[in-house]
Amino acid sequence: MSDTIIDPNFKAPEPERVGAERGSLTRIVQELVFTVDHKKLGLMYIGSGLLFFVVAGLMATMMRLQLAFPNGEVLEPEVFNRLFTMHGTAMVFLVGMPIIFGFANYLIPLMIGTRDMAFPRLNAFAFWVFFFSGLLLYFSYLGAPGLYAAGSAPDVGWFAYSPLTAKAFSRGHSTDYWTLSLLMGGIGSIATAINIIVTIISLRCKGMTLGRMPLFVWLFLVVAFLVIISMPPLSACQIMLLCDRYLGAKFFDTQAGGSAVLWQHFFWIFGHPEVYILILPGFAIANEIIPVFSRKPIFGYPIMVAATVMIAFISLTVWAHHMFTVGMTSMGNTFFAISTMVIAVPTGIKIFNWLGTMYGGKLRFDLPMLFCIGFLFQFLIAGLTGVMLSVAPFTWQLSDSYFVVAHFHYVLIGGLLYTVFAGIYYWYPKAFGRMPNVKLGHWHFWLFTIGFHLTFGPQHIAGILGMPRRIFTYEAGRGWELWNLLSTIGVLIQIPGILFFVINLIYSYIKGKKAGDDPWDAWTLEWSTTSPPPEYNFAKLPVVKSRRPLWDAKHPEDPDWKFE
Amino acid sequence: MSAEHLHAGEPAHMINDPSGTEGPWRLPSQRKVGIICLILTESALFTIFVVAYLFYIGRSLNPPYPAQVLEFPWLGSIALFSSSATIVLAEIMLRKANRFGFLIWWGLTIALGAYFISFTATEWMHLIYGKNLTISTNVFGSTFYALVGLHLSHVFIGLLLLSTVWLLTFFGKIPKDHHEHIEMVSWYWHFVDAIWLVVLSVVYIYSVHY
Amino acid sequence: MSLRGTFLSLVVRVCGVLCVLTAPALAETAGLEYPMRRVTDMFKPLSRPAEMISEAAGVVLLICLGIFLVVTGLLVFIVIKFRRRAQDDGREPPQIYGSTNIELAWTVIPILITVVLALVTSRTIGEIQDMPMPANALKLRVVGHQWWWEIRYEDLGIVTANEVHIPVSDRDRAKATPTHIVLQSADVIHSFWVPQLAGKTDLVPNKTNETWLDPYETGVYFGNCAEYCGTQHANMLLRVIVHTPEGFAKWVASQKTPPPAPQAAEEIKGHGLFYANSCINCHTVDGTVAEGVFGPNLTKLMTRQTIGAGVAELNDKTLWAWVDDPQKMKTGCLMPDMQLLEPEVDAIVAYLKTLK
Repeated sequence: MSDTIIDPNFKAPEPERVGAERGSLTRIVQELVFTVDHKKLGLMYIGSGLLFFVVAGLMATMMRLQLAFPNGEVLEPEVFNRLFTMHGTAMVFLVGMPIIFGFANYLIPLMIGTRDMAFPRLNAFAFWVFFFSGLLLYFSYLGAPGLYAAGSAPDVGWFAYSPLTAKAFSRGHSTDYWTLSLLMGGIGSIATAINIIVTIISLRCKGMTLGRMPLFVWLFLVVAFLVIISMPPLSACQIMLLCDRYLGAKFFDTQAGGSAVLWQHFFWIFGHPEVYILILPGFAIANEIIPVFSRKPIFGYPIMVAATVMIAFISLTVWAHHMFTVGMTSMGNTFFAISTMVIAVPTGIKIFNWLGTMYGGKLRFDLPMLFCIGFLFQFLIAGLTGVMLSVAPFTWQLSDSYFVVAHFHYVLIGGLLYTVFAGIYYWYPKAFGRMPNVKLGHWHFWLFTIGFHLTFGPQHIAGILGMPRRIFTYEAGRGWELWNLLSTIGVLIQIPGILFFVINLIYSYIKGKKAGDDPWDAWTLEWSTTSPPPEYNFAKLPVVKSRRPLWDAKHPEDPDWKFE
Repeated sequence: MSAEHLHAGEPAHMINDPSGTEGPWRLPSQRKVGIICLILTESALFTIFVVAYLFYIGRSLNPPYPAQVLEFPWLGSIALFSSSATIVLAEIMLRKANRFGFLIWWGLTIALGAYFISFTATEWMHLIYGKNLTISTNVFGSTFYALVGLHLSHVFIGLLLLSTVWLLTFFGKIPKDHHEHIEMVSWYWHFVDAIWLVVLSVVYIYSVHY
Repeated sequence: MSLRGTFLSLVVRVCGVLCVLTAPALAETAGLEYPMRRVTDMFKPLSRPAEMISEAAGVVLLICLGIFLVVTGLLVFIVIKFRRRAQDDGREPPQIYGSTNIELAWTVIPILITVVLALVTSRTIGEIQDMPMPANALKLRVVGHQWWWEIRYEDLGIVTANEVHIPVSDRDRAKATPTHIVLQSADVIHSFWVPQLAGKTDLVPNKTNETWLDPYETGVYFGNCAEYCGTQHANMLLRVIVHTPEGFAKWVASQKTPPPAPQAAEEIKGHGLFYANSCINCHTVDGTVAEGVFGPNLTKLMTRQTIGAGVAELNDKTLWAWVDDPQKMKTGCLMPDMQLLEPEVDAIVAYLKTLK
């Protein structure tokens, strides 16, 4: 049993840092372009995602400026319509997906005690496919001039309902950029998902049974399965739409007997699991951070796994809750309403388990935990507005209104983005060997939180008062003015918050306090190697006996494997 | 990648070893898991096209309709299903390290696959020019060509993979212990055949009366 | 009064003043005698389906509010009680892995809540979607176009645009006279949403949907298209004018009365221009050669409150501006700039003003 993870006689070479070779820019670019190292690719995914985040965020800012006052004239209607389409598409496919894949890529091999992902070249291929799909989407601003009112970026909404996307109603090529970009990106996502599944199933270190994997890894296993099952429907949609637009096919041509509702079914069969694909990684991050900063193991590990698997299965049966207003039978509406309510149960259980983890612990409110607590509060609100929306009659009023916009921004910003921030602050020392600056982090947290609630809280009310979404302006006297103004002011507060975040990332890289291998006193395998890890991750591949191998190493008198 | 990861088999047995650290550590082969994932994801893709086909049966606003133009593709199907048998024979040859036998049977598989493609191409020529059924004629045309075409494209990719293996084997470039890699290509080929079974049932058996 | 209420009433008052100060609405405009219900709060329903939704929504809101308070309370309690103190001894707290009983409790309770919600939901869905319409229900058809509403009263032989006129009903179900609306689309997907009267239902091409209204009080109810349908989705506005029974009968009679023949010279000149130009290709004026169906029926144009599906109130100025160049008022809309000279616009406007 030669089970030491850290061999005291082994002298690790000076850890590499990306960009350490000053003065050879070519070397850096070469490394980035040709790398198959999961850690570099992970950082590239997250970096690109954050870049697209800033761009899409600026688009949102422009929209909010237009909507601050009734009868706004900041933007032309065509420009506004392109903005909300690009904002939504970019945030889902060019920010959400790459960031979660970035976290998966960087951390999974480290957490399961192996040297890289199962298919490193496929990994690199998937990254570049994603990156080019992003460039392709934004190229539409330049590359798609066309007929009267039909040029430039796509303007059909991020879910591109037919027949608005038919050639008759979307002339020019803008819709095609949307279609091709997503088709390309889908290939990258599926490739990464397959890589994740194979890595987790086939490359775990000795002793790490499925029941001993960190929950982060478990959740990504489930996410990856969801991706490979639910992305093909989107690809199918894109293929059918291309056939319609270029080969005269009749998939969604309502004049020829085609069904507009069929697009919605196929799209949401992808679209609903997609939002779980986006949020489960947020849960994965919270599952690692909350225990460490509560100084207790996660409460109810088996239930957390079971709840995740349940969420994944049920998420494949709820899609038509996006279609309550489309004219399904009462039977159909009732089924989807109930299935949507059912999914709230395992999701709620997770929240309780997190609270159970914190209960009786010794909470440290470092930056990662601060953002996780924000996540808990905000995701609770998001989940509850989701439960309200699952009541189909409620959605008959509030579908396609600002209430829904508020709901999903609470999920995606209040939920996912906060855990992403938490994860970045948590693993920043591991990736860069430096601690993030606490003061800048606090400015980030408080400014962004106040701004976030100010922007999206009032949107619930605007929706209740009848404000539809995707409108470039609104008339005075409907009672929407105050809420829109508050919403816009909130954006102006969020922006400096993000600025502090970006400054923190850069500042800490240069001037941050040096971090050791394990600055947070955590328990999973990534903390057993250097910060940053060497390219081969571990001097010797670890052997584990429990879910928290480093706890066992630090507490030989009270190891986990005695109790599990 | 170190050799300790190239295992095939079941996960570690736990009864007498609660810490799970004694004895061999066996995890499923990454190649097998990879191909299974690929098959799952492709199945999801085909499912949507099958659903679209089934949804639109009987909903074309103008002819030609399935009953008027569909003929059961006997020869093509026999060829394709036989190719699953020949590929199994090729693998048996491989395990016996009979390179010549492998090249014959594997080559026959490719020939049968190529025949399937030419058979389908002839069928389509007849449908387009003889019966005036194109992808833009009606919803039947759209869903038919999309579904059968999607399958055809997978046959084509399969043939590319098979041909690559054949050529590499012919020039002696495949290492002795890479038989699992070749087995994975054959799994893909069997999957393509299985999809053809589904397409046959849905298009040529079920919808042929509409 | 709450801050929001004060602000809202201030806004409404300011708008009322502005309406008076701008060019007055034309005398023929129908429905101005009823209260303008601009603020469309779904929790202030004035029609049976909207009321059913509001009640169910209220129950759900209360349940969710309760859950929110409990869980947030727990979170706050935990964050305060279990924070690491400054004088902490550095020992790790008891490492608890889980508890089956607690897990069971917080699984069973959510399931029970889900059962309650499911029951409320299925009952409300059935009540609204499967409500049989009485024989005396008014029937009409709404067809959605990019970016205006076509409204057809087939039984009454009336075709109009952008305003749905219906009689008021009664809270007492025995005396109710609801309105049954069939929804279709001529192009892309739209959605019919008048929050105080009913939940929204989509208008889907190649599909016929239906909805029903059962208003308790008269008024001009505001609504919007609620499914993104292209450039001017924001300006595809809707008004449902709920009349008294007498008022509705008067409206129907006035709609079926043909407009007076043009008398003044300007009007006759405008008439000539209208019928000689491509106006008639898109618009219908009942009983004339103008039989276009691509744009709204103009027979009773002057009885409407707005122009351009709500992009502006209808008065002399806005009518003139629209005929002169609709693209300036509603850029991207499907009526092109007809490149008319000013005297031509004057004449055509004079003619259009006879369509009352």
